[in-house]
Amino acid sequence: MKRPIRWLLYCLLVLLFLLHNDFWLWQTPRLVLGIPIGLLYHIGYCVVATLLMAALVKARGDWGER
Amino acid sequence: MSLAIISIYLLMVLVLGALSHKLFRNTGEDYFVASRTINWFILLMTLFGTNMTAFSILGASGEAYHRGIGVFALMASSSAIVVPCVFLFIGTRLWRLGKRFGYVTQVQYFRDRWESDGLGLLLFIVFVLLLIPYLLIGVMGGGGTLATLTDGQIPQWMGGLLICAVVLCYVTYSGMRGTAWVNTFQTLVFMTLGGITFFVITDRMGGFSNAISKVDTGLLMQAEHIKPLELLTYLCVPLCVGMFPHIFSHFLTARDVGTFRYAIILYPLCIAVVWIPSVLLGILGNVDVPGLQGAQANNVLIQMIHIHAPGVLAGFLGAGVFAAIMSSLDSQSLAIGSMFTHDIVGHYRREAFSERQRVWVGRLFVSGVLCVTYLISLIATPSIFRLAVWSFTGFAGLFPIVVAALFWQRSTKHGVFAAIISVILLWLYFFFQNWQTPGYSVGGIGIMPAAILVAVSSVALIIVSLFTQPPKLQTLEKFFDK
Repeated sequence: MKRPIRWLLYCLLVLLFLLHNDFWLWQTPRLVLGIPIGLLYHIGYCVVATLLMAALVKARGDWGER
Repeated sequence: MSLAIISIYLLMVLVLGALSHKLFRNTGEDYFVASRTINWFILLMTLFGTNMTAFSILGASGEAYHRGIGVFALMASSSAIVVPCVFLFIGTRLWRLGKRFGYVTQVQYFRDRWESDGLGLLLFIVFVLLLIPYLLIGVMGGGGTLATLTDGQIPQWMGGLLICAVVLCYVTYSGMRGTAWVNTFQTLVFMTLGGITFFVITDRMGGFSNAISKVDTGLLMQAEHIKPLELLTYLCVPLCVGMFPHIFSHFLTARDVGTFRYAIILYPLCIAVVWIPSVLLGILGNVDVPGLQGAQANNVLIQMIHIHAPGVLAGFLGAGVFAAIMSSLDSQSLAIGSMFTHDIVGHYRREAFSERQRVWVGRLFVSGVLCVTYLISLIATPSIFRLAVWSFTGFAGLFPIVVAALFWQRSTKHGVFAAIISVILLWLYFFFQNWQTPGYSVGGIGIMPAAILVAVSSVALIIVSLFTQPPKLQTLEKFFDK
């Protein structure tokens, strides 16, 4: 995969680290889908982390070494 | 009933360990790193299972009981982003070096990378000292859980003995392959049983929506119990994974570098699967058993099971806790046994071991480590649990060393010595000042000591490296591609 895409993914990774601090939800005990919104955010965060890791793995491309 | 389920579970573990022995090749490399043949699924399960301890099931519920949903952000989703990055950027590179140069322990690599025997010895001592409390909490936590689940019918010493004996059997008999197979089974067990426990208990409470509507709203948001700086700096704590000797050993077991892919991708989901039920049940514990103080809350899950589903579910929970404990204890004891075999006896002995001797020396040390751990667990006080939290802090503080080894050619052995010494001094300072304070943070504003250790050791490593003689070109050519 091209280098610019890899760098874009690294930037997204940094952004994801920053988004771990969900200060905008800190004082909200509201339930969404029956789950506290702050917890739902971090469950979604795990899903997004999974997707980003999949993209990073795909971008790296040198997985054939034995 | 619960005892019968736990007994069946332990029997299955022993059978699986014995079955894996059929593939045993009677070589040192097979005993310590399964001849580097582990596939992606077993690698994912072992890496994940080894990182999850009893804390992920019982401790997480206890923390969530007091601090609410913020515990998930603090301890679970932080690991969900940091740990896969460690696997991707560090683990794959360590695997390559291990494969190329035949390394089995971290100390072998660091010793060669900076050409220093003294550095290797110092790291060996630091690793072993930091791992001891981590081993102890497994043995003591398992014994305590069994005692609580059986209302004291099985005393804590007997529970601890049972755990050590089972681990001793399959680790000494089958080495890393047995450990990896058993870990896979154990990880599946505690991932599944956590979910089952959650559904059964919330069903008996009249449904999840009904139960959560009775919880104090302060536990449903982060603001009241977590400080912003705590959440930010807690991201440094999971860096310890990059320096755990047992995780290093598991990295080396991968069949090829591609084996890492699924561990990197699926780790965040595995974290969510285990931690969501634990955290939510901890919060709901406030409805069932209100008023628990401090560490009493670590038993909240067991108390909820006693209320809603004693017997079978208690047995399943016990099996789940045992699974989480043993999947860490086995890897840690094998890693320490491997370090004694290779970094001390193998390194300082004049004659090289035959393959057969290497296996037997490894077995001897694994047995010794487990026996000593068990004996210490009989005299250690429960305050050891606080010490264990500090072991994570110490390993996290050492993380800049592996980063420098892999990415910074200009780093020197003096720089690494400076980093280790800074970690030792700061760790001792923070520990003796504050180890009696639960939830301690630097200055009381939420900064985790691990963040300070990482920052200071990085600065020490950089500055001292820049002012000392660079490593030889020959050494750099060995470890870095042109």
